[in-house]
Amino acid sequence: MDKLEMQEFIAKRVAKELEHGQIVNLGIGLPTKVANYVPDDIEVMFQSENGFVGLGPTPTEENLDPNIVNAGGIPVSIKPGGAFFDSSTSFGIIRGGHVDLTVLGALQVDEKGNIANYMIPGKLVPGMGGAMDLLNGAKKVIVAMAHTAKGNHKILEECDLPLTAKGAVDRIITEMGVIKVTTEGLVLTEINPEFTVEEVQEATGAKLYVDKDLRKMEV
Amino acid sequence: MDKVIGIDEAIKDIRDGDTLMIGGFMANGAPEKLVDALIEKGVKDITLISTDTGLVTTGSGKLIAKKLVKKLYASHIGTNKETGRQMNEDETDVELVPQGTLVERIRAGGYGLGGILTKTGLGTLVEDGKQRVTVDGEDYLLEKPLKADFALIHAAKADRNGNLVYKGSTNNFNHVMTAAAEVTIVEADEVVENGDLDPNFVHTPGVFVNHVVDGGLING
Repeated sequence: MDKLEMQEFIAKRVAKELEHGQIVNLGIGLPTKVANYVPDDIEVMFQSENGFVGLGPTPTEENLDPNIVNAGGIPVSIKPGGAFFDSSTSFGIIRGGHVDLTVLGALQVDEKGNIANYMIPGKLVPGMGGAMDLLNGAKKVIVAMAHTAKGNHKILEECDLPLTAKGAVDRIITEMGVIKVTTEGLVLTEINPEFTVEEVQEATGAKLYVDKDLRKMEV
Repeated sequence: MDKVIGIDEAIKDIRDGDTLMIGGFMANGAPEKLVDALIEKGVKDITLISTDTGLVTTGSGKLIAKKLVKKLYASHIGTNKETGRQMNEDETDVELVPQGTLVERIRAGGYGLGGILTKTGLGTLVEDGKQRVTVDGEDYLLEKPLKADFALIHAAKADRNGNLVYKGSTNNFNHVMTAAAEVTIVEADEVVENGDLDPNFVHTPGVFVNHVVDGGLING
């Protein structure tokens, strides 16, 4: 898989986690692609942290409204039934537990569900934006990312970059498989048949427990 | 009441060293003309409170690009390379605040609250130097209010009394900021007569607004 195919593969698998009626917040980058694969038989409402629910697809040139942008500042649209609000309401929705699911990327995740995704000291300090609030407030947190970065482990025993939140991650979905974060540690519940369990463990910087009902990862 | 005045008159009392809140999210809903007028006036050593610093060419980011900001409170600076450079070279003091915390600190400043309690930032660098408060067995961080000398706000419509209506996602930080400054200046794309806005659909009551500048007129 090239990088783009890998992102699409991960996004498709994440989309299978969506449930009818959910309020969902997608992070910038790979997570944004999840919106393209919502199963036909369910309806979810996407929240945009800058102040609305009902985030719709990229508008055509004729129906572009410069007043409507997503959290990346890119023009988007709002679906019928959506609503605009101010940032206080938006983060009340996020912090108050009214977001059912958030999907975020990460630099590192560890076996305690800690996540680092907002800075590399001295190198890259973009800021946390709304990520800390989302990680604390969303009912379920899925990390969607490439399993490794240039051969380096991203799933670790303990993150060594500054944390965005502690104990916040529920599930990690990569091109290699699906990993559940439990109090006992990381459990591999699904595996991409292109890889062996040994290969997935090799690419992971923490002990992986293999679920007794390990399934084939399908998208 | 009629709060509509010219742009130069509206910003004339803003001085070097003042604290400014500027609305907008990635410059969507930013008061671009007020920021331009401020740059032209040449105010420096600003303490800026703005959720991001846009791009070097948009929103509050233009003040950063012109090196007019001494201290910055923001949640995200990644889209404006100049902000990061100034921070790394110790030219500008940057405090990164989680976005939901930033908006509530501003709301607390405007709504007469002594601070807010949030779980956001617990166990991270954001907690450094802050007080942990336990309520009913749950830990929270105490985050203190933010206030400003001036708030620079953008609205789609304003009536002469300063009642505001936003469009699309342009509300963002604008509404909360109106309450948190000594003087709130609004750049409205359209100014209408009192009575022309349906009071049932006003987003920000004019109570919080001191001056309204007609952005459309200046443009014309």
